[in-house]
Amino acid sequence: MAAKGWIEVSDTYCKGCELCISACPQGVMELNMAHLTPKGYHPAHTFKDGCTGCAICAVVCPDAAITVYREMTKAVAATAAPA
Amino acid sequence: MPKELWKGNEAIAEAAVRAGLEAYFGYPITPQTEILEYLSRRMPELGRAFVQAESELGAINMVYGAACTGVRVMSSSSSPGISLMMEGLSYIAGTEIPAVLVNVMRGGPGLGNIAPAQSDYNQAVRGGGHGDYPRIVLAPASVQEAIDLTTLSFDLAEKYRMITMIILDGSTGQMMEPAEMTALSEPKRKNFEWATNGAMNRERRILSSIYLNPLDEEKTNLRMLKNWKNVQANEVRYKEYFLEDAKYVIVGFGTAGRVALSAVREARAQGIKVGLLRPITVSPFPYEALDQLTSQAEAFLVAEMNMGQMLDDVLLTVRGRVPVEFYGRPGGVVPFHNEILDEIHRIATGPVTVQTDPRESWLTRMYGNLKIAVP
Amino acid sequence: MTTENLVYERPEAFTEMPTHYCPGCTHGVAHRLVAEVLDEMGIVDKTIGVAPVGCAVFAYNYFDTDFVEAPHGRAPAMATGVKRVLPDRVVFTYQGDGDLASIGMGEIVHAAARGENITVIFINNANYGMTGGQMAPTTLPGMKTSSSQSGRDVETQGYPIKVSEMLSTLEGVGYCARRSLHDPKNIRLAKKAIRTAFETQVRGLGFSMVELLSTCPTNWGMTPVNALKFVEERMIPAYPLGDYKISDAIKQIKV
Repeated sequence: MAAKGWIEVSDTYCKGCELCISACPQGVMELNMAHLTPKGYHPAHTFKDGCTGCAICAVVCPDAAITVYREMTKAVAATAAPA
Repeated sequence: MPKELWKGNEAIAEAAVRAGLEAYFGYPITPQTEILEYLSRRMPELGRAFVQAESELGAINMVYGAACTGVRVMSSSSSPGISLMMEGLSYIAGTEIPAVLVNVMRGGPGLGNIAPAQSDYNQAVRGGGHGDYPRIVLAPASVQEAIDLTTLSFDLAEKYRMITMIILDGSTGQMMEPAEMTALSEPKRKNFEWATNGAMNRERRILSSIYLNPLDEEKTNLRMLKNWKNVQANEVRYKEYFLEDAKYVIVGFGTAGRVALSAVREARAQGIKVGLLRPITVSPFPYEALDQLTSQAEAFLVAEMNMGQMLDDVLLTVRGRVPVEFYGRPGGVVPFHNEILDEIHRIATGPVTVQTDPRESWLTRMYGNLKIAVP
Repeated sequence: MTTENLVYERPEAFTEMPTHYCPGCTHGVAHRLVAEVLDEMGIVDKTIGVAPVGCAVFAYNYFDTDFVEAPHGRAPAMATGVKRVLPDRVVFTYQGDGDLASIGMGEIVHAAARGENITVIFINNANYGMTGGQMAPTTLPGMKTSSSQSGRDVETQGYPIKVSEMLSTLEGVGYCARRSLHDPKNIRLAKKAIRTAFETQVRGLGFSMVELLSTCPTNWGMTPVNALKFVEERMIPAYPLGDYKISDAIKQIKV
């Protein structure tokens, strides 16, 4: 079973550069055209299920805007390490 | 301490060591290289930092880095090398941190020569680097004074968070004189509230000369001026010789002042009432002492080893109330005392007027004295 | 049975301030990697950064460490001054290619030759970013910039300078590597190199530098995603990735 994950994209930091969108292996990210950050960017978000919490979006993010969580079994949790 | 025979440049180096110098960065250039050579041996011996940099640019920016940590740090050079350091000096000034710089001046402009000169007065006291910034400039006239002012320079730099320059020339830098050296003490690191030395158990700090918002830069400029006013109020130093009853007052700093003193002594022996004001801090300049002398002096003579740089400060102070005359030997020539004595005779026998442009009349006399054609 | 796990969050070594970099500029990635390494090594409170002149001039706003701001190109000299009087602190410079490879070439070469025990993060994005995309020493032959508008003509404007190759010839250099920030795998490798560079310094093994191929979407006139492709397709062939110098002692370091 694939791990279930989710991300939080900070409105303070995200500049809508789309690097995370093109890097996401699951293809579940896009710019949120219904929302503007205080700086006027459309921030990235996940628009459908499928995030595994792999953190590749955070690895490529130039603005450290993404926090990544993953729901996993205890056995996996013990061995998982951040990027 | 007993008197020992010290060479000027080495005396400055040792005095700096004894004042707690923790790091020296420099680059060879005549006639100051003895400072670099001496410290290349002395600093490692004491476990302190010494780097012969790749250039004066490198040296002054190493000074900048070390100064940011709050330790006592120094560099030294001579005129062309000091020009290269001007970028760093402006940054150090803009960051408001202490640093000591020694300029053993030589004949210029350009590559010039390696003979004693005072032609970097304007560069030293007016700034030299870009931007508005004050700096303290000390001008020793003997090896002993060089030692004493080196010690003082670190205290002043730290007290006012300001660049302190010592300007001298190769004659003071390279001659040997008996002098009393200060006592050696271990450097005591002061815990300055601004120093960037690692944010252990405190908020982190930034040292920078950037104030992107012009209003912040303006405030910084004004703060520096306010600080400078304190320096002007408290740190003016000068020496007076035979001034009590002087009708004629010579103003000269460093070697020119020293040569002038010989001329003054001889003139006094001849019964001429002449005295000498020798600024020790050429920045802050002793405007007040000079101003007071305008009420007693019938004429001033400014003696310098340049084309009349401090002359402008004297003219600014005297403001046309009394005639000001000038005698200079630029290009690396040290005047003999009898040349200044001749000037004293010329002024004492008159006439001298406030209408005369001192620089122009000096230039005319120079062409005559040197028997060279006027271009 | 499941449990919630934090996989990734913003490094603690960062301040809260958002960067001024253009969207998609990989300066931000390089910053983040340095911050992550400082966190992982637990050296934030003993690190002093030296910021350059160029796009990274405000680097001091983003790292929660002491910072000083150098004149253009002089960061290695300033870092030398800091490190020589505080040898137990960690000192790093963060410099672009105009700063390091043009105006500051003297300072970087001699800091490396002296084996100054400092770490240099060198951003190679083939142009002067801050002043609006002029030709840099690293600009590729034929590459258009605002001061090489028909493309860099090597006949009149010379050839790119390969900094890692040059510095790796110097005895004082302990570690010198070139990495790229154009995809997740290379970003991970870049982080490993940055970690190795800081470990080199902490162990007193000499000068360490990581050159990072980085993007400049704004001045290259590309989307951030296309800029990554430019790095992969055009810059890496001109600036091959790899370890250019790694002393035996540093090879033993497990990162």
